[in-house]
Amino acid sequence: MQSRAFSWVWKGFPALMLAAMSLAAAQGQDLKSFEQRITTKVLPNGLTLIVCERPEAPVFSYTTFIDAGDVNDPSGESGLAHMFEHLAFKGTSQIGTTDYAAEKVALEKVEAANDAYEAEYLKPVGRDEKKLAQLHQAFVDAQAEAHKYVIPNQFTEVAEANGANGLNAETELDETQYFWSMPENRLELWAWLESGRLSDAVPREFYKERDVVIEERRMRTDSNPIGRLVEQFLSTAYVAHNYGRSGIGWPSEVGQINATEAMAFHRKYYVGGDIVVTVVGDVKASQAMPMLERYFRKVPSGPKPEEMTTVEPQQFAEKTVTIREQTQPFYIEGYHRPSYRDPDDAVYDAIQDIMSNGRVSRMYRSLVEQQQIAAEAEGFSPFPGDKYPSLFAFYAVPLPGHTPAQMREAIHKEIDKLKTADVTDAELQMYKTRTRADLLRGLADNQGLANALAEYQTRYGDWRELFLQLDRVDKVTKADIRRVANQVFVESNRTSAEIDTEAPAAAAKKDGGAQ
Amino acid sequence: MIDPERSFMEMNPRSQRLDLGHRFVVVGALCLAFLAPASLSAQQSKPWEQIPIPRLHDFNPQQPKRIELKNGIVVFLQEDHELPFISGSVTIPGGSREEVDAAKTGLVELYGEAWRTSGTEKMDGDAMDDFLEARAAHIESPADVDSTAISWDSLKGDADQVFALAMDLLFHPKFSQEKLELAQQQIATGIVRRNDDEAEIAGREAAKLVYGANSPYTRQPELATIGAVTLADLQAWHDRTLKGKLIVGISGDFDPVAMEAKVRAAFEGLPPVEPAPPRHDVFAGPKPGIYFIDKEDVNQSNVEIVGLGTDRRNPDVPALAVMNEILGGGFGSRLFQKVRTELGLAYAVSGGFGMEYDHPATFRAEVLTKSPSTVDATKAAMAEIAGLNTRPFTEEELKRAKDDILNSFLFRYDTKDKVLDERERLEFYGYPADYLETYRAGLEKVTLADLTAVAKKYIHPDALAILVVGNGPEIKPGLDELKMGPVQPVDITIPRPGQPAGAAGGAQN
Repeated sequence: MQSRAFSWVWKGFPALMLAAMSLAAAQGQDLKSFEQRITTKVLPNGLTLIVCERPEAPVFSYTTFIDAGDVNDPSGESGLAHMFEHLAFKGTSQIGTTDYAAEKVALEKVEAANDAYEAEYLKPVGRDEKKLAQLHQAFVDAQAEAHKYVIPNQFTEVAEANGANGLNAETELDETQYFWSMPENRLELWAWLESGRLSDAVPREFYKERDVVIEERRMRTDSNPIGRLVEQFLSTAYVAHNYGRSGIGWPSEVGQINATEAMAFHRKYYVGGDIVVTVVGDVKASQAMPMLERYFRKVPSGPKPEEMTTVEPQQFAEKTVTIREQTQPFYIEGYHRPSYRDPDDAVYDAIQDIMSNGRVSRMYRSLVEQQQIAAEAEGFSPFPGDKYPSLFAFYAVPLPGHTPAQMREAIHKEIDKLKTADVTDAELQMYKTRTRADLLRGLADNQGLANALAEYQTRYGDWRELFLQLDRVDKVTKADIRRVANQVFVESNRTSAEIDTEAPAAAAKKDGGAQ
Repeated sequence: MIDPERSFMEMNPRSQRLDLGHRFVVVGALCLAFLAPASLSAQQSKPWEQIPIPRLHDFNPQQPKRIELKNGIVVFLQEDHELPFISGSVTIPGGSREEVDAAKTGLVELYGEAWRTSGTEKMDGDAMDDFLEARAAHIESPADVDSTAISWDSLKGDADQVFALAMDLLFHPKFSQEKLELAQQQIATGIVRRNDDEAEIAGREAAKLVYGANSPYTRQPELATIGAVTLADLQAWHDRTLKGKLIVGISGDFDPVAMEAKVRAAFEGLPPVEPAPPRHDVFAGPKPGIYFIDKEDVNQSNVEIVGLGTDRRNPDVPALAVMNEILGGGFGSRLFQKVRTELGLAYAVSGGFGMEYDHPATFRAEVLTKSPSTVDATKAAMAEIAGLNTRPFTEEELKRAKDDILNSFLFRYDTKDKVLDERERLEFYGYPADYLETYRAGLEKVTLADLTAVAKKYIHPDALAILVVGNGPEIKPGLDELKMGPVQPVDITIPRPGQPAGAAGGAQN
């Protein structure tokens, strides 16, 4: 069975067929073809609609991209953007309610009851526990009253019954995205649902949902060793900018967010100028655009909110965090770097690629293959966001018997090599080739394309930058990499965090749950 | 089997960051889909129902060309000229469940790791890395519970060379001691870390409760068992499995005539395939009761309610799928509506009667809730499960569950790669090529009586086991409040080399 396998001789295609094929292949992949298939329209309220025709199957995907995330949470209200995102699944004045007029009154009472309860609860001195219990009961009763008008989850049920696939949303520090895919004949139904929740949000079941979000925090952060480490790492790396603040929210803050605050966030940030909506799939722009316009012009037009003034001050001393717990060891470090708008943005991408991408990457070859001290080792950037000055981070997962200190030392050796010697031509070329190929690979996926077009339109004011960025990628030189490495990867600009494993606590502690 | 992984990297190079938990989503654990609130009747108008839903554009998904070689090897060719890439895979029957020596558990995982990294006589793994990465191409050798595979993808211009390399790796691997040791280290790292994350503990131990700690589906590699695997073991595994019925699937921007010739040339000369011996697994299901794993560094319990599921040859599968939709399939499901929306006790809650292609899956419902509400959340989830037999299904629930499944059905075949993957999967498990259509027709026919019948037949709350992973001292009221007999601690201590495999595994009664 073996030798015959290579007996075939590759003769190649007839030349004509080859030519025909490369033409066909070229169809879907360049900027020009996308310009023919993409229609962009900015509505009078400032909202940008993008339709990309890709009629491969009778389906479409959409992304609604809000240029606001948890970095925009007001002081004392960390987790607010994410909390609102959850609210956006609760319906509107037209869906999810049996009687909105009555529900509105009931919701106002819920808010008043919560205010009264919180005022007592937060009293620094002289809190009356009996009164607090009464106020809490009144708050619970008000919620029960409002709940009488709720048709729970009707918004998502209608979407799902109409074939919504991959229905979800993500709140990041920089942005909030809503997305799903649907059969193409539901485009207008989708436009009704989506424009409705953008323009007509209702603080329905807010306080139950807040409990749900706190459970999400327990799952992602409190009960997850890497979640705990990253929260400490970021809050140590930043002293001023909101990138250092817990994105899902500090427990005391996310636990006290109220519906009034969530609705204020919505009024401020969910305005036309802050929103890009992209639809990709079996959609004809000439037919769809007038319909989409009719729905999405309902979104309030308000001015684009003011930009954040806080700029993280330059770090001048190295900072470290050590978590001692039963978990296995882990090491991460980060260096402040500029935002995505920096002319060197592609240089950071090149460094990431050369250090971390695949089995040829420097960190894999050095820490994993040659030194055999780590199971994984990578550098990545930007983290935790890209809109504002961010971090270039490196992490390594030690093999059994190896320590975070060894990871740190090995990572620094690799960084030093970047600073003292040029990368090779082959490495630089590999970065450029892979970036181009990865861009192409993504073009055959409706949802991926919808996300990318929305993101580039928001971040650069033009979706074309998705393709034009390749020019910047091509211009990266070996000298750029060395220059940036020397500029950024310096001790005083470093924050590190590690988990040092400690023995389990005394057995005496553990009996409760098993009683 | 492994779906030939064509999951494309994110197209935006800027957002290829490690998921270190900085993005938060509205639904975490996979939620399938849909169902029914208590009262809709009171709503005055439903404006969305006035929106016209035109007829869906005609769609005949392009089927791959199926070629059966004389030796029994099956080839699927799926042309797709949208982008200048070609990808493919050769699926090889036999995976970790076919390992025969318990003292070498982990053999197939090591094989999958070391096969590709070792490379061939002509080109070792490191040289292959250099060659491929310079072309943004990939060759991998994934391993799974019932199969292994060689998969590849590249730009069209590099496709000949990459195909030749993939075939060289398939037919002439040269397993390297160095790469075996590297793989052993990687897996050892996973073993010593396997108790760090409570979700990982919960998933693993719940499966062991259902299938048994020593079942071929759940037995776990230990430091000693992976240390016992030798190069000769990898080669022997390779020689044995390559005699099986290979399935070749290729998709992308190729000329079908030339590609067929090329694939025939590579595979036609192989001897007739040897059929896989039938399996004789015994699936007893869990021993009912309440099991507990204490973890002191968490403030949330992972509750797993588990039993035995079924396989897709079961004619009740369409009705079970609709029942799953109603129980735990998404925002509208009974579990989601009750435990998350109404009680606010969980972010992650889901559940359903699992179905695999060739062996019973697990029934599994999962709730993640803060330590003090462990008992309340468990009771609430159990009540919804038991309620499948006591709370009658409504016409409304049935309609929505069916709408949800059927209206999103075309996302099972809306890309050429999905169609190819499905055909390969059906071929691998010996299902008819029109399985999806039959399944769909079955879904359409499900009635309320069917739902009641499958619930009665398959939902037996008394036969379920409950596993809680959580912080013991914080769980108040305690698990004894569930009144399911004594709480049985599960020992998850990681054995050190020298101890017999599995000595510390499983439940202790």
